[in-house]
This record gives sequence, structure tokens and C-alpha cells, in this order.
Amino acid sequence: MTDYNFAYLDEQTKRMIRRAILKGLAIPGYQVPFASREMPMPYGWGTGGVQVSAAVLTPDDTFKVIDQGADDTTNAVSIRSFFERTAGVETTTATTEASVIQTRHRIPEEPLTEDQILVYQVPIPEPLRFLEPRESETRKMHSLEEYGLMHVKLYEDISRHGHIATSYAYPVKVEGRYVMDPSPIPKFDNPKLSDMAAIQLFGAGREQRIYALPPYTQVVSLDFEDHPFEASKADHLCGLCDATDSYLDEVIMDDQGGRMFVCSDTDYCEARRAAGHKGKDAA
Amino acid sequence: MIELKDVSKTFTLHNQGSAVIEVISDVSFHVAPGECVGLTGASGAGKSTLMRMIYGNYLTQSGSICIGDLDIVQAEPREIIALRREVLGYVSQFLRVVPRVPTLDVVADPLRALGVPADDAQARAKDLLAQLNIPQRLWSLSPTTFSGGEQQRVNIARGFAHAYPAMLLDEPTASLDATNREVVLSLIEGAKTRGAAIIGIFHDEAARARVCDREIDVSVFTPGLTSGSEAVGQPRESAA
Amino acid sequence: MTPLLSVQGITKHYGAHIGCADVSFDLYPGEVMGIVGESGSGKSTLLNCMAGHLVPDAGQVVFDTRADGPKDTVTMSEPERRMLGRTDWAFVHQHARDGLRMGVSAGGNVGERLMAVGERHYGDIRGKATDWLERVEIDAARVDDRPTTFSGGMQQRLQIARNLVTGPRLVFMDEPTGGLDVSVQARLLDLLRGLVRDMGLSAIIVTHDLAVVRLLADRLMVMKSGRVVEAGLTDQVLDDPQHAYSQLLVSSVLQV
Repeated sequence: MTDYNFAYLDEQTKRMIRRAILKGLAIPGYQVPFASREMPMPYGWGTGGVQVSAAVLTPDDTFKVIDQGADDTTNAVSIRSFFERTAGVETTTATTEASVIQTRHRIPEEPLTEDQILVYQVPIPEPLRFLEPRESETRKMHSLEEYGLMHVKLYEDISRHGHIATSYAYPVKVEGRYVMDPSPIPKFDNPKLSDMAAIQLFGAGREQRIYALPPYTQVVSLDFEDHPFEASKADHLCGLCDATDSYLDEVIMDDQGGRMFVCSDTDYCEARRAAGHKGKDAA
Repeated sequence: MIELKDVSKTFTLHNQGSAVIEVISDVSFHVAPGECVGLTGASGAGKSTLMRMIYGNYLTQSGSICIGDLDIVQAEPREIIALRREVLGYVSQFLRVVPRVPTLDVVADPLRALGVPADDAQARAKDLLAQLNIPQRLWSLSPTTFSGGEQQRVNIARGFAHAYPAMLLDEPTASLDATNREVVLSLIEGAKTRGAAIIGIFHDEAARARVCDREIDVSVFTPGLTSGSEAVGQPRESAA
Repeated sequence: MTPLLSVQGITKHYGAHIGCADVSFDLYPGEVMGIVGESGSGKSTLLNCMAGHLVPDAGQVVFDTRADGPKDTVTMSEPERRMLGRTDWAFVHQHARDGLRMGVSAGGNVGERLMAVGERHYGDIRGKATDWLERVEIDAARVDDRPTTFSGGMQQRLQIARNLVTGPRLVFMDEPTGGLDVSVQARLLDLLRGLVRDMGLSAIIVTHDLAVVRLLADRLMVMKSGRVVEAGLTDQVLDDPQHAYSQLLVSSVLQV
């Protein structure tokens, strides 16, 4: 495929994005504006993540894409084949083999290493927008560290539901400074954000923002003293691999109320089954 | 306690051809602690005007009006506010209150402003309202709906809630029946006994004779009334 | 005694048009000052310059800060001024919806300033919010309701609670009773009077309603065409106005 530059984007664009990424890494949690390009896919399909991936990929990389933890959904398959065709890089579904992992809505169960980059697709990068729609005002709040509003959101949760009901895109504070939206990952994954060995990059295409967490960054989930943060998951075992420690998807089996819980991280589940673990619903 | 020196007042009516009306000129007198002085003179002579000048309600053009150590002609607004809160009481002919505030709170208000605890202030208010024969069932209602005589008694209770060292009383016994008139006069006598310097306007001559130690005829200080109109010198009090 | 707020020579132009010109005054602790004048007289411009919402072209707004004593708030850093804005200062807007978050419950509205200054105990925040709702005569059972379900008077009282919860020392009010029914106004005025007295608040109230200043303000400034034409004790200015414009203003009030 010689009609496209390596990884689709022209080199000038990649340099511009890399500068934004470096700035983001230098100021963990700070949203860096960048000139998002039109990509050959609709907004909401990961245009931000794709541009960040394109900017960091090298010909030697091995690329993995997950969507809600799975390697085999339409979105994941499309983006994987996009880079197979435009960059010619190796792809994989194995977390441990990948050097760049683009993700939507999950962090892999397998702990990542210093040799890996995790690229998140972000729909709405601004955690304060829910309560303060003015971008001029939210930028000022970030710059002046005025984050009381973030707790108002959590307060509202507790007053309405009796507990913090926010279960994904749960706001975090980075290195005691910037409040950040971790993208719509389940709050179960929040603890993994902190002190991670891999580089974490966040790309929001439509919103034209990039932000980043360098390795081993302290990331704290916001909470109240009397309503502390809890990384919750369904209180079940994986029906296929019997895992107790993974985030589970609930799958409706029939219209009689039959259902099963399975790992949302398909690679993790498959690896466990290959190693001999067997859940109660496994065939 | 109250000392006026060469006090003069004019009204300039900018919107009526800038007419300048002299209402008071060169008043000088003083009132000692424990003394009650009655202001007399025909209607329109400027009794109420003079009293309002002493209260700081009307601006005095020249001279000095000292209440204790403070010359209210020169004083800053905040000094006059403090003076009114602590030293100088005024019972006007009209009760002006925030609608819907219960009578008991209206009367206790001057004490609350001085930092007296709510319970003590209310106890004093209840005592005064009882003395002035305001039925207890009215205490929790706003005085705005009361009859003229009742409003006047609430006004007096409010004016006597705090033991001001100086007091101005504008027709305190008007529209009162004999019983309540007697209560008011004894309140005034009580204030004199504790050493208050009092200036009063009483159309009720018997009352004046009973409580006033001296009388001052204000007409003496009133310059020749212009074009035969008495009323023009008394701007209508704004009901705003 | 140090003035709580000392305003010196505040001037604001909108192009060639004068917003307000050379306004100076001192406000002492516990004092309530009214600013009256017709629409366009510059009273709102002045209020917004003092409260830090507008940058004056000239002049100083010196506030006696708790930590460092008198400081010019016009030239202080923005974070510092905004911190004042959510601790020692309060601003009550004419329209409650400008001062409230309409999508957030009453408790969240009142609690926001507490959370903004670092309170992180849900139970405590909710307790204080409930307490403040009761102080402004809103049923504590409404703590989880949104202001959209409140009447105009309740919304305004909620706005006041939201502002006073951090115990400010200076409250700016822009037509606080405007747009309310007369009966609701009276209740609000009484509430404000009580709060001002009990909390020892200083306040600056902009209004065109002379009845409001008579009941709430110790002192009064009359503005016309951006300038202060008369200032003094409220009852003195209203009962014995000296300036032609003040006389016109007072005599123009309809009698009931």
C-alpha cells in the first residue's frame, strides 16, 4: 500500500501530534489542544485514538486494538485492519505481545510494562463539562485548580442514589494537580491508571484534545471521606475461565432470564482457558 | 447631653424653580440629662423639622448639634448609625417596619441590633407590649394591619426598648386613650429618672405640663413664612 | 477602624460612553449601603467593577482581607480574587437562575462553595446545606430537589443560602428583590435584614426600589449618568434629598 504515507497521516501532522503528546506528558492530565485531522471514519469511532496511534507507531511496533475489552468487535477489527493496511505493522490480540494498544472503554487485565503504550479513545475530555458548559470557564477552573464543582457531581450522585453511582468515566486527580476524565473506562479500571509502567495517551478527535499520563504517575479517584471510592465489578466469577479478579460483562442468554458473566477482556479470558481454567458455563 | 448652637436649615426645591425656603435659623439650646424639653409653636413652625434635624434625618446647613460628644452635623453616616443604635432614640409619629415581621420582633429589634440575646430582647419586648396593653394575641402578627392607636403604642414600645441616654418623642400621646396615655407618660418619667435627656413635641398640653421641665417656642426661630404658605416649608414625607 | 471595603476613583468607560466615573467611598464592617439610580445610571457597572466581574479603567477596590489586611482587589492575582469570590465575598444576582446551578439539587447548590474550599465529608456538607435551607425558610425535605421545581421566591432564598454558607463578610446584591411578587419581597427583605444583623454582614445593594433601600440600607448613594450625585444616611437622603436628581427620584415614587 504505497498510496498512503506510513500510518496514513502525513509527517507534518504526526510531528504536530507528537508535540502535543510530549506537552501532555510534561504536564500530566492537562488537556493539550491539537489540530485534529479528518480521518476516514466517523467521529465517535476513535478518530482521536487513531491519530495518536498513528503518531506513535513505528514500523517495528506490534499493534493491538480492543473495544470494551474485546479484540473482535467491529470497531476493533476496523482499526486494526486500518493500520495493517496503512502502516503494515504487525498486529496481535495478545496483550503481552503488543507494543501499542489502542483501547476503547477498558484497560487490559494483564499489567502493562514499560515497553508498552496504551492509547485511549476519548469522546469527551472535559470532566467539568457536565456542570459547567462554558469551555472558557472550565479552562480557567483547570488553570486555577478550582475543582469544587467536580465534587458537586459526586455529591449529586450520593444524594440521588445513596452512593456514588458514577460507574465509568469516573473523575481522577493526577499528581495532585489536574482533574482528568479517564475516558469511559469502568471505575473498576481506575486503580490501574495509577503507577502504571506503560505510557498512557488519551486522544479526543472531535474535541481536538490530547492528554497523557507518563509512567508511574499518581492518579487518585475523587471521593468523599464518608463515601470512599470503590472499584466495583459484578459479584460473580467468569463463566468461561472462572476468573475472580477480572471485569465482567453480563451476557443475556435467552428470554427466560438466563444470563452469564464473562471477562470483558477477551485475551485475558482466552489465555486463562488455554492455561486450563474452566468456568461453570464453559462448554 | 443635647446641645444645639446656631443651627439653621433651608430647603432648596430644585424641581420647583429652585425655591429656597428658610425653615429654621439660629437655634441654640441645650438639654441636660434627666431633663425634658417641649418644643412648641403653631403647626408648620418647624417643630418636627427641628426634631428630624437633631436625629440626622434632615440635613443641617449650619451650626452644630451635639449629642454627647458627637456633632451630627459633621458626623459620618456610620457615626450617626452607631449613635442611633446606642445613644439616641426617636419615636416618630409613624411606624415604619418590614411587612410581615411579628410585632414582638419589631419591638425587640433595637435590642437585637445592640447584640442583646434574642430571649432577653423578647422578654423586654413582651414586658413593654403588656404595659402598653397590646393584647397578647396580636404579638405574633405584623403591626402593619393594626389600628392607628395600636401602631402608635408598638412604636412607643420599640422606642423605649433600649434605655437611650437621649430621646426624641414626636407626639407620643397622640391618638391614645387615657389609660395608655398614662402608661406613656410614666415611661417618659421613668426615662427622665434614669437620666435621659428628652426633647418632645406634645399637642396634649396637660401631658406637656406634666413631663416637660421647659418649653421652647420654635416659631421664634422660624423666618417669615414665604407667600403666606406654611405647608411649603414642610416637604411631604416620602412613603417610599 | 479599617474600612472593610475602600473604593477609590472607580471609573469604567464603554468606548466613549461613561459606565461609571470617579466613584469613591468607604464601607465599614456591618454597614449596608444602597446604590440607587435609574436604568443606565451606572449602578450595575459599579457593582460589577467592585465585585471583580468587570475590570475598571481606573481606581482601586481595597478589601480588608483576613490574611493580609487591606489589598487592592483590582490588581491582585486572579486566583486570589476568585478565592475571595467564593469565601469572603458573595454575589446575589437579580435572577436566581444566574446565580444557581439549575441542574443541581438544592443541597448541591448550597454545598458547592463548601466543596470549593475543600470540604470532603458528604454528611457534613449535606448537614450544613440542610441547616442553611432552614435558615432561609426552605423545607429541609426539599434538599434533593432541583431549583427548577422551586418558586421564584424560593429560588432567590436558595441563592442567598448558597452564597452565605461560607460565612462571607461582604455581600454584593444586584436587585435582589427585583422580579418577585410584593408579598415575597417583604419576606425576603426581612430574611436579609435578619441575616445581615446576625452574621454582622456588610452589604452593597444595587436597586431602583427606594423602599428596599429604606428597609435594608444604612447608607445610600444616588447615581446619575455614571456619577454619584448624592450620598449619605439612607433616611436623610430619602427624606431630605439635596441634589435636584435625588429630589426628582424621591418625588417620583408612586404613593400607595
